[in-house]
Parts: sequence; C-alpha cells; structure tokens
Amino acid sequence: MLYGRIYGLPRWRVKSPFEDLERMRRQMNQLLEGFSGLSPKFTKDAGVYPAVNLTENRENFFLRAELPGVRSDDLDIQSTATTISIAGERKIPAEESVKYHRREREAGSFSRIIGLPTEIDPERVKASMTNGILTIQVPKAEKAKPKQITVN
Amino acid sequence: MTTGKTLQPKEKHEVATPAEQTKAGLIFTPDVDIFESEGEIVLLADMPGVRAQDLKIDLRDDVLTLTGEIAALENADEEDIAIEYEIGTYSRQFTLSEVIDQSKIGAKLKDGVLRLTLPKVAKAKPRKITVSAD
Repeated sequence: MLYGRIYGLPRWRVKSPFEDLERMRRQMNQLLEGFSGLSPKFTKDAGVYPAVNLTENRENFFLRAELPGVRSDDLDIQSTATTISIAGERKIPAEESVKYHRREREAGSFSRIIGLPTEIDPERVKASMTNGILTIQVPKAEKAKPKQITVN
Repeated sequence: MTTGKTLQPKEKHEVATPAEQTKAGLIFTPDVDIFESEGEIVLLADMPGVRAQDLKIDLRDDVLTLTGEIAALENADEEDIAIEYEIGTYSRQFTLSEVIDQSKIGAKLKDGVLRLTLPKVAKAKPRKITVSAD
C-alpha cells in the first residue's frame, strides 16, 4: 500500500488483502445496478488531480478526465511502456473590476502519473479534448492483447 | 488568476432534487463563479461533458435553473477498470435578487465551461448616492 502511494502508482496494481473484498463489493454493486438501474458508487480515489476513469476494450485502454476550461495547449501528456502522465495548468482569467458573489472554481497546476495494468504501445497513444473532457486512447502492446486459443 | 497553486481533487457534489426524477441517474451541482459589474451579472459554471444542445437555461420569476445532460462517452465494448468519478446530469438553481433583462441574456459554452451573461435592467443599475452634509 505504502509503495503505491510513494511512487504515485494507482492502487489497483497493488496487491492487498482487501482486493477480494473490493471485487465482491463491485460485484454487489453490479448486481444492485441490475436491479435498480443505479450506477455504482466511487471505487477508488487516488487523491491526485485530475480524477481519472480507466476502461478497456480488446485493443485499447481509455483514460478519461474532466478538465473543464483547460485548453489543449496547456496540457502535457507523456507516455512510457506502462505509464501515462498528465500534467497541465488550469487558468482562470482575471475579470476586470467585478465584485464576486461566489467563487467555487479553482485554478492551478496539476500533474499525475497513471500506471496501466499491461504494457502499451506508447507511439500510438492519442489524446483529445471535447467539451472539457480529456480522452486518451492507449493501444495495448501486441503481446498484451488477448489471443484466441483453439482447442483441438 | 494564475497562482502557483496545485489543484486538489474534489469530490463532485451529488444532490437530491426536491422533484422526483423521471430518468434514473445521478445529479451533481456544478462549481460556479458568480460576479457582477455595473451592467451585468456573470455566471461561470463547470459542466464538463455537456454539449450545447443538451444544456437548458431557464429563468422564471427570479429563479434561474441550469440543467446539463451528459451523454455517455464510453463505447459499448468498454469495461471499467477503475472508476474515480461518476458522471450525471448537472443541475443547479439560483435566486436572482436583481431584475434581469431577459431578452439580452447571453450564454456561451466553451471547453465544458458555461458563461452566462445576465444584463441588469436600467432601474436595477446602482445609483451613486451622495450624502449631503448639513
């Protein structure tokens, strides 16, 4: 657990005695979801901005983060064989001679590294920003893709 | 406002609306900045993932209602590995104390941030009050 925190690796890679419990909880949530149509609650929170959702299909991983008001020029995304790092700055331009009623939106810089469960192809990673949501499409390395095995 | 600050993750605020929902799903309150200048009130709201056609702005009496529907981004063949945030409809209501010129309300949605400009009608604009000394 400590290892995961120090190196900023996401917790889903760290083996812990609670892993089975966590899996059970997810399965329960999925069951409940089937019954009531409600979506499951948060699974994890790494404590680093931005919060990221990681999904996969056969070919790719998908990383999605909500970054409203962040321009693509202000983002720095890098990839290695097993990690993706997202850094950037959220700028909120100063308003001239106004009086504030509420100020809940925050500006500042951020930086995060995300470890992927398998090796990826860092050359073909694609990123796009749409309506304030960053989507990074991360192709899995050839050897990490599932292979169909025929039974003779 | 570019500070040397590092952003911290914030959990989205889930709300229970007074009216029951017809559609299942979560509802979140967007973070907003509201400020006013002499002629107008400006509201900025973070609504990532909302497309312009899915945003509803309603001003009735003195109540301003913002509702932004979210379209699912994931493709059908994707499986979740780690979900740190959830998506859902953004909704928030404000009571306006000033009289707003409804015909001149402006709304712009850019990079997931809504900028709503609410011009004050002439009589609501501040008047400088001079204090006369005896």
